[in-house]
Amino acid sequence: METVTLTIKDQPGLYLEADNITPDAFAGKKAEEIADLHVYVGREQYRLGDFFEVSGKAGATAEETKIVVNGDLSRVKYIGMKMTGGEVVVNGNADMYVGAWMQGGKITVNGNVDSFAGTGMKGGEMVINGNAGNYLGAAYRGDWRGMAGGKITVTGNAGSDLGTFMTGGEIVVGGDVDVHVATHAEGGKIVIKGNAKRRLGGQMVEGEIYVFGNIDVMMPGFAYREDVDIDSDGIKGRFALYEGDLGERHRKRKGQPIYAKLYQRIAA
Amino acid sequence: MTKTVTDVICPFCGTLCDDLEVVVSDDGKELHEVYNACAIGAEKFLHSQAKDRITRPRMRQEDGTWKEISYDEAVEYTARMLADAKKPLMYGWSSTNCEAQSIGSEIGEAVGAVMDNTATVCHGTSLIAVQDIGIPSCTLGEVKNRADRILFWGCNPAHAHPRHMSRYSIFPRGFFTGKGHKGRKVIVVDPRPTDTASLADIHLQIEQGHDYELLDALRVAFKGEKLPDFVGGIPKEKIYEVAETLKSGRFAIIFFGMGVTQSIGKNHNIDEAIAVTRDLNEYTKAAIMPMRGHYNVTGSGQVWGWQFGFPFAVDLSRGFARYNPGETTSNDLLRRDEVDAVFVLGSDPGAHFPFSSVKKIYDRPSVAIDPHETPTTEVCKVHVPVAFVGVEVGGCAYRMDNVPIETRKVVEPPEGMMTDEEFLQRVLARVKEIKGV
Repeated sequence: METVTLTIKDQPGLYLEADNITPDAFAGKKAEEIADLHVYVGREQYRLGDFFEVSGKAGATAEETKIVVNGDLSRVKYIGMKMTGGEVVVNGNADMYVGAWMQGGKITVNGNVDSFAGTGMKGGEMVINGNAGNYLGAAYRGDWRGMAGGKITVTGNAGSDLGTFMTGGEIVVGGDVDVHVATHAEGGKIVIKGNAKRRLGGQMVEGEIYVFGNIDVMMPGFAYREDVDIDSDGIKGRFALYEGDLGERHRKRKGQPIYAKLYQRIAA
Repeated sequence: MTKTVTDVICPFCGTLCDDLEVVVSDDGKELHEVYNACAIGAEKFLHSQAKDRITRPRMRQEDGTWKEISYDEAVEYTARMLADAKKPLMYGWSSTNCEAQSIGSEIGEAVGAVMDNTATVCHGTSLIAVQDIGIPSCTLGEVKNRADRILFWGCNPAHAHPRHMSRYSIFPRGFFTGKGHKGRKVIVVDPRPTDTASLADIHLQIEQGHDYELLDALRVAFKGEKLPDFVGGIPKEKIYEVAETLKSGRFAIIFFGMGVTQSIGKNHNIDEAIAVTRDLNEYTKAAIMPMRGHYNVTGSGQVWGWQFGFPFAVDLSRGFARYNPGETTSNDLLRRDEVDAVFVLGSDPGAHFPFSSVKKIYDRPSVAIDPHETPTTEVCKVHVPVAFVGVEVGGCAYRMDNVPIETRKVVEPPEGMMTDEEFLQRVLARVKEIKGV
């Protein structure tokens, strides 16, 4: 695997829209060609090389390309957007849309990411060694299909609106989450190792949520069913099982409605 | 002598009352009296007669004092500011007519601006919810003639839309609602005992911020499922009673305001309220309507929906329309330093935005177009006074139920004053010259 290293040298006046920082755009290119790729500040177009030192060269395909981005990237949007393969390592904080509409490959962020990371994600893996903003793995505005596949792991906390309209894939949050988890979800799995606030699974149709800590307010649409023992996939212990959202529409199988499941840990 | 102009439209709130009578002098230059309007609407008309009204553009000097400038200079400053910026914000648009909004969008397109209206701090969240799950709505005429279950959620029309209840929602006798108030059941959901709540048959004094849970509880109740003992401080028996009251009506209408659109959950609250309306339609006829504030905020959503496909927070910087509230909304842009010039027309962000955002407006090249002196004009570099739309110039405005109504000119503006439309036309022409298009 060939490696391209980007180091930010100039901070943009406004924000940098860098949807070209992906293994797919870099594949088969030399450092000078990569520096020539476009980025935007407001309505003006610049070269990637105007803001970054570029070194190394890319592999022949996206799969054979690794990108390392260094420095303070908190004013850089769209890193790894729509990537289909290869690897991106971000050494610093990144702005919005990290790995949005990602289809394959792996992104590791050694810092925090802002909102809309993993929006509409279809595949691949994203590891955030820090905190994530709002709308992690959610749907883009107006889309009724959120995250559909792949896996997102956050070691820190996540914001609100996690996994909105999610249909598949998995999100694991090491810390706490804010309000609205899996709203409108029709599938997928969300694991919250810390505490949750309110409105978990509101309008949820199908899918699973696991909460290890406290829930401030349980949705009235979730009804307690039974206690269950779980031992799979790193999730172990005794959990209280709730089903819901009873107010929402639900598919039926063999005459029985299928509900979304919310598990809250009682004991390890 | 004086003359009376009848059937005048009130350009204050989204109710757009169309039965005002205005007494003006024979030559049409002075406005004397306003009848039928609420206190706020009447004041809007009478304020156009203020003796200390600013009638010429002015620019702030280094020492903070104002210098009078010509309209030509104001056009030049505005056009230059917009053409030089990498990403200007063009905000407001809710207190002007659709004609001006349309020209404003042309300027926005030419300079790659972010176009945003007051919905961003008001009913923008409702628009997100509508995009997520649609909306079963109706006109205010249908409410007057048919509705026998009225639900006000997080709004207080007694103060914010003073004639709404008497013209459309509670008191009027309509075709199928001959008994007026007596034939209607009024439910108010509000944590405070408001003047609107005092008229209610049932007042659910919900705990602050539990709207989403209570709406969900109503949906559970409709389906006859079990509820916890209390939801948001409301006992379950009361929730079942309200669910039954709504289901038993012939036509239920939910009106909602900023108590739900701008409290915790925002768009999700409206999303759930629309779902409640949809569920109700399995038992009876039901509709839902946002209580829009500015008289033509609905119109700016219509104009942009038609021109760009999105009703607010439209980012045109890359030459195509993008829309993502949370990123392209005014306060997020200002707070995060994403815009480098600010143009305000037909709104007062200085009074309504958080202080951190207002400071950002003050730090940037900025223009405010407004007939009044406002907190916004005080922080902008240039203030351009214009004629009052709906008082001194007509034009199209959309009522809160999306019905377009032609507002009327009743009195002449002070001599030599421009209208929004004329000023924007001049800026557009100058921007095109600068850009060479």
